[in-house]
Amino acid sequence: MEILPILSAMRRNKVGAVLIALQIAVTLGILCNGLFIMQQRLALSHRPSGMVESDLFAIDNEWIGNPADVSSRIQTDLAALRALPGVVDAANTDDYPMTNSGWSEGVDLSPDQQTSSAFMSLYMGDEHLIGTLGLKLVAGRNFEPSEILDRGSTDRVQPATIILTRALADKLFPDGKAVGRSIYVEGGKRPTQIVGIVDRLQIPWTGASGWQQKYFEYSVIEPYQFVDTGSWYMVRTKPGQLDAVIQSARKRLLEIDRNRVIQKIEPVTDTRVTAYRDDRGLAVILAVVCAALVAVTGFGIVGLTSYWVSQRRRQIGIRRALGATRGAILRYFQTENLLIASAGAVVGVGLAIGINLWMVSSFEMPRLNVVWTLVGAVAVLLLGQLAVLWPAMRAASLPPALATRSA
Amino acid sequence: MFGYYCGLAIRSLKRNVVLTVLMIAAIGVGIGASMTTLTVFRAMGSDPIQGKSEQLFAVQIDNWGPSASGSASGKPDRLQSQLSYIDAMNLMQAHPAKRQSAMYASSLALTPSNPDLHAFRVHVRAPYTDFFAMFEVPFLYGAPWGSADDAAHAEVVVITRALNEKLFQGANSVGKTVNLDGHDYRVVGVIDDWQPIPKFYDLNDEKFSKGADIYVPFTRAIDRQMGIEGNINCRENSDSGWEGRLHSECVWVQFWAELPNAAAAADYRRFLQNYASQQQASGRFHWPPNTSIKDVREWLAYEDVIPDEFRILVLVSFSFLFVCLLNAMGLMLAKTMGRARDIGVRRALGADRGAIFAQCLIESGVIGLAGAVLGLLLTGLGLFGLRTLLSQDIANLTHLDLVDVGIVIALAVSATLLAGLYPTWRATTIQPAWQLKAN
Repeated sequence: MEILPILSAMRRNKVGAVLIALQIAVTLGILCNGLFIMQQRLALSHRPSGMVESDLFAIDNEWIGNPADVSSRIQTDLAALRALPGVVDAANTDDYPMTNSGWSEGVDLSPDQQTSSAFMSLYMGDEHLIGTLGLKLVAGRNFEPSEILDRGSTDRVQPATIILTRALADKLFPDGKAVGRSIYVEGGKRPTQIVGIVDRLQIPWTGASGWQQKYFEYSVIEPYQFVDTGSWYMVRTKPGQLDAVIQSARKRLLEIDRNRVIQKIEPVTDTRVTAYRDDRGLAVILAVVCAALVAVTGFGIVGLTSYWVSQRRRQIGIRRALGATRGAILRYFQTENLLIASAGAVVGVGLAIGINLWMVSSFEMPRLNVVWTLVGAVAVLLLGQLAVLWPAMRAASLPPALATRSA
Repeated sequence: MFGYYCGLAIRSLKRNVVLTVLMIAAIGVGIGASMTTLTVFRAMGSDPIQGKSEQLFAVQIDNWGPSASGSASGKPDRLQSQLSYIDAMNLMQAHPAKRQSAMYASSLALTPSNPDLHAFRVHVRAPYTDFFAMFEVPFLYGAPWGSADDAAHAEVVVITRALNEKLFQGANSVGKTVNLDGHDYRVVGVIDDWQPIPKFYDLNDEKFSKGADIYVPFTRAIDRQMGIEGNINCRENSDSGWEGRLHSECVWVQFWAELPNAAAAADYRRFLQNYASQQQASGRFHWPPNTSIKDVREWLAYEDVIPDEFRILVLVSFSFLFVCLLNAMGLMLAKTMGRARDIGVRRALGADRGAIFAQCLIESGVIGLAGAVLGLLLTGLGLFGLRTLLSQDIANLTHLDLVDVGIVIALAVSATLLAGLYPTWRATTIQPAWQLKAN
């Protein structure tokens, strides 16, 4: 295929060609970044929390009138919940992952440290918590009943023992031997001994950037029963019995004592949906915009090329009469589009990287992989070829006899 | 002439339905996408208390000092967004502003008097009496509690219209009682619909959602040890218990002052600096005074109410509009050049360039208007989509107002005219002789 005649024809249609190239460039710039953000947000919303989320639900329980014996009331409730048919285990905690509400503190390696070694989010629970949430203990041991103390929301105390996530343990003790070592938490001067490591347990917050993202798996469990007017009961059921147990749990708790508010009983899978709603929403919106963008650009190419074809009907007829095959006409328009789209794609790759760099500096975004922009470039070239196909085929089917007629 | 050109425009658009539909669709889709995000963006950045936002000030005092590992917000000015209880109480006692209120959010169990109903949780705000006058809260029944009630730590409440519907079927409930966490409180007022967006006075949690269901005097809330909903940030460990928290440097109290003019604001700034100096002199602060007051607009900017995600969406949608306009421009160019002969004939019959220009411009205007109608429909659809896709907090912002409709029409028409300028100019340069000669 000769490129020179195409170029000289294009010179008579400069503006149209520039418009298509520009469209392709901006499309590529948005497409790469849009799909990149979309993929990030979807990945975010699928991060494992460490809990086995199926067959697990949470009860938001609040006592009315500040009763003095909350500790024993909680134990009564938990015993009743564990006795319900279909329940595997139940535990009391101050918060659980993905509620976006919790407690975070610095963690130190010596008692008089100026700047904390890391930030951790703490959960309070007894020996039932790990099993109820379905956490995987990978080193050390679980808490023992004798270690568990009561703790209210304004009590300032330091635990004697603690369980860490593997991520936090590795951060504090890169040699991988955290069990048995001591850390200093909650500003205390007293050492806290690490007794166990769980594989994963995400912090309560699910934000996409800043410390929430950075310290995502820096959680600890402290051996306390959280005793406050309000706390969460986590309940693990046998497979497939979640809905039935949710009904019976509410009924049973109200039978024990009506003097409470059960604000909600929520499967943990719903907690995840709520926590990542905006992230998934953003992903869907970006997907829709990207699809619309591709459609608009595609149809734009169809429209403009169709016009070019109709403008050149006579020239096409003359070429056909002089012996050009249908394939040659088809290739002419395809090559023309490829040239324009390539110019657009080159600018577009630069634009995509530029937009990404700007977002890196202003929105704490990660860097875009250049390979993806190249994939995107190939995709818009294919889009151009696809869009030009129909008008080009119409051009190829013009009869050579056109040359003999006036326009 | 205008009517004639409009008629010509419609006839010309009908002649090439495919190109026309593509142009209108491109503009409509672009406008729909950009206006959907712009509508929400405008709501996020709107003035929540018009006419008064320059007189209301959030108060900040640095009570942590430079040695603290950084403010909770991580801002370089070392200021926290909230005050400690100690500072809030000192400012309330000094009482230098026209109106001022310390406040915090809580939540409590409400037990309805009807035994058939389950107890439920209500959102509580604990301010001083000035809150209501300062923020111009409208009352349906009754009135705010008075400063005597603040001083007496009275067991009184103000409830919202919605809660009044739920508990008292909308009747005037002033004088009736409400049971909160086992204690009876007397209703003194019912407030009418009042929902400043953003919820500027407390941006801790959902920034665009409705506020409290019920209001309790700050002094009473502290006596009852009503738990704190929102953020509590501490520089160091406090003593155990509620008293320990009250005497700590933990920050969790929002504080607002009404300062009606620049002189009052300057006085208040001086007062705050003096206060911090006194705290330094008394040995509580070991650093020079660092205080600030910010009016509502400055506060919203400082607290960065618009999420990054949304800024990105606005950028994406406007880039999309740009692509759509490039697209429409290309199609308009094609259309104009396709009509070179018609234009040539008109020119030969005596129409001047101005007439051709006007005709083409009106044709773009007609396309712009059609695009605006489609864009408006798509904006409505887009906002509906956002409502179903995003959290309640943002769904509150998806309402189209008249100004938005105006922006849609203005943006669509002006953008289309702009995109149509080059094709229009090209049309006026067509040489009549060439077009006539060809045949």
